[in-house]
Amino acid sequence: MSDPMNEIRASFFIECEELLEALQDGLLAIDGGDTDPETINICFRAVHSIKGGAGAFGLEELVRFAHRYETVMDAIRNGTLTPDRDAMLLFFKAADLLSDIVRASQSGEQLDAATIESTLQDLEALTGDEGEAEAEEEAAAAEFQPMTLSLDMELPSADDPLGSKYTIEFAPEPELFKSGNEPHHLLRAVSETGTAEVSCDFSRVPALDEIDPEGAYLAWTIKVETEASKAELTDLFDFVNGLCTLEISEETAETPEETGPVPDLAPPPAPEPEHAAPPSKPEASAKTTPPAAKPAGGQSGGPSANATVRVDLDRIDRLVNLVGELVINQAMLSQSVAAAGLDSNSQVTSGLEEFMQLTRDIQDSVMMIRAQPVKSLFQRMSRIVREASGAIGKRVTFVTDGEHTEVDKTVIERLADPLTHMIRNAVDHGLEDGPTRLAAGKTEEGTVTLSAAHKSGRVIIEISDDGGGINRPRVKQIAEDKGLIPPDQDLSDTEIDALLFLPGFSTAKEISDLSGRGVGMDVVRSSIQALGGRVTIASESGKGTTFSISLPLTLAVLDGMVIKVAAETLVVPLGTIVETVSLQEGDIQRLGPETNVIHIRDVFVPLVDLGAELGYRPAPTDYEGRVVLLIAQEDGSRAALLVDSIEEQRQVVIKGLQDTYGRVPGIAAATILGDGQIALIVDPVDLMANASGKTGSPSDDLQLAG
Amino acid sequence: MSEIDNTITDAAEQELLSFRVGEQEYSVDIMSVREIRGWTRATPLPHASPYVCGVINLRGTVLPIIDLAKRLSIDVAPASERNVIIVVQVNGQTLGLVVDAVSDILSVPLSELQAPPEISTDHASGFVKALTIIDGRMLRVLDLDSVHPPINTDAA
Repeated sequence: MSDPMNEIRASFFIECEELLEALQDGLLAIDGGDTDPETINICFRAVHSIKGGAGAFGLEELVRFAHRYETVMDAIRNGTLTPDRDAMLLFFKAADLLSDIVRASQSGEQLDAATIESTLQDLEALTGDEGEAEAEEEAAAAEFQPMTLSLDMELPSADDPLGSKYTIEFAPEPELFKSGNEPHHLLRAVSETGTAEVSCDFSRVPALDEIDPEGAYLAWTIKVETEASKAELTDLFDFVNGLCTLEISEETAETPEETGPVPDLAPPPAPEPEHAAPPSKPEASAKTTPPAAKPAGGQSGGPSANATVRVDLDRIDRLVNLVGELVINQAMLSQSVAAAGLDSNSQVTSGLEEFMQLTRDIQDSVMMIRAQPVKSLFQRMSRIVREASGAIGKRVTFVTDGEHTEVDKTVIERLADPLTHMIRNAVDHGLEDGPTRLAAGKTEEGTVTLSAAHKSGRVIIEISDDGGGINRPRVKQIAEDKGLIPPDQDLSDTEIDALLFLPGFSTAKEISDLSGRGVGMDVVRSSIQALGGRVTIASESGKGTTFSISLPLTLAVLDGMVIKVAAETLVVPLGTIVETVSLQEGDIQRLGPETNVIHIRDVFVPLVDLGAELGYRPAPTDYEGRVVLLIAQEDGSRAALLVDSIEEQRQVVIKGLQDTYGRVPGIAAATILGDGQIALIVDPVDLMANASGKTGSPSDDLQLAG
Repeated sequence: MSEIDNTITDAAEQELLSFRVGEQEYSVDIMSVREIRGWTRATPLPHASPYVCGVINLRGTVLPIIDLAKRLSIDVAPASERNVIIVVQVNGQTLGLVVDAVSDILSVPLSELQAPPEISTDHASGFVKALTIIDGRMLRVLDLDSVHPPINTDAA
């Protein structure tokens, strides 16, 4: 059904993502002062491989850009250009554009050619003249690229300008084709020995009516730079000996520039330093130094060097599902073994315990599969910082920390938007402009730090800036002006900070391109809450602001409190429960005809009956001795959720209802309990938002009467 | 009528799974049946239509269950262990139908399927795609598309 070409194309784009990541890493390392020639080689190879693949798929835009980019990069590689800070910014910008073009090529959209062109020209201005005269070579590149489909062949790295240069004149005789030889293979074999530049001589092709269909009219000139000896090259043509005119001549080495931007036949392999060099190379040992030996700053080293397998996400999800079932099944089995009353020392019981251990290990490992380092996300954010700071003319240093922290893939995907927003806010609102900073005794260049870490079973992501901190009086003033809070209220600092999350709040005096459209932090907060996360703000005047996002490690399991309401078992996410309270007589206060509040430590909290809200039963008549869960609501206020009893606290596997049934108000998802029954997972915040709040008047009457 | 022609053009016979709901005999295209399983108590869904029994655990998947008798407004005793659940697939979605009993698998020539007479007053007639006669009894062919609750509308 699926077109194989499409599949190859798709895998090319996946590969592009990886290459772009490697490019980013390399640039970051160079920016951070890494002078290892291998680092620039990695960047060069990444761009080059993208170009190679793009040529094979006829993505001319991409080929052209990559080619010119790579040409400039080559100047760094051979030492004619030493990039300064501004040059590095240009390189980053070009890398961003390259990823834009890759994306545009994938989706078929059009990009603004002027931006691309101006960036390229800026870039080329760094090296002086090199830009122009490339068109021809480029054409040659495009022409020959289709031969280079074998992107993942274990070819020797083509970039090291080593060894001697040869010019091979290769003109097949008709007999060569008759004996079933294919010049293409020979050309490729030659190119595999080093860096090859192939040009084809069409001059002997006669007019169409004179063509002998079995004749041979083409000749090739291959300029190859290799450490292979002449004899080795001749050996390659052994099979066609006597079937062609072959002339191999050695050139004296010229300037390396000549071979730099050469369109290789064989693109270099993926940029892992590990398998690049053949053992014969004396330089090989230097190139394959363990990545750990390199400076830590964002090297592509350690993790990406591991062997990886690309797996369809659907398959992983299926596996996750199956393991979820296994866990449930195992729980059911344990229950029935317990019900059978077997001796706890019996073989069955001990076997079952081992089984439980195994299941848990499997579950953990499977969850690990879905986990990904936040690195790719952080890289996207570094781009946001560059763009945002460029747009408003602030100089910003972006620091990332803990980018190898692993988080569930879905979390990463859904975190991109809120994080983008927060980063822009930090650059736009958080940091002061240069003069203000200098006046405050800080460096002109502001710093935005993005860090990730695992903390007690959750992931903490922090965005901090060293700006002026939240201007609390102004925040309060704006909130009052917008009518979000009544005037002259006495608010604590935390409460004022929390105002930032109110819908319709935007502090920007003028609406800038970057942020301040009034759809700010409230959207950020709700999308993070949708992931089961929380956002908190810490701000110190004059020192800066830190936003902390705390997220669950995975969206597939949830810590929940299993409760009973009207004979139904339900699960309430543990994260939303602040405390549980057993009601005493007198805790309930009536408020209006059908609503009640409960009185806890001098605070009145609205009472909501879970059973009545879900329609499982009418509101109860007697509240004494019942259990309420205090739920933290979005605005920081609390509500009490009345349940019949609390059963236990456990991890549950989340099963979506969305796909099979649809959305149910007040219900987040479902799960399967140990006995095989389905229990619904309550979404307390949603439930509270839509609650009628009716907690039964008959009970009140009774209470009043009693 | 044209609808029937459309759905069954390339087979001379249609295989039907027949079952009982109350005293009435219904059937569904056997190709849409995934499995038949015993009754299990469903977890009720709040704010759902009365004919939605709730959801059950079908080997790790959450399967919505529909009480066909209620859906078709047929008076029967509440569902119990004696009922069975027919798991069907409609428009790529899996769904359980609670029925009283599964009776038979029948091969019915297409020519013997007739469109139901157009009496719009009867509520249940909207769920019947075709009629046929088996051993002198009327067999209704259920229109699964209309049985299936549209996603989200119930919830809203």
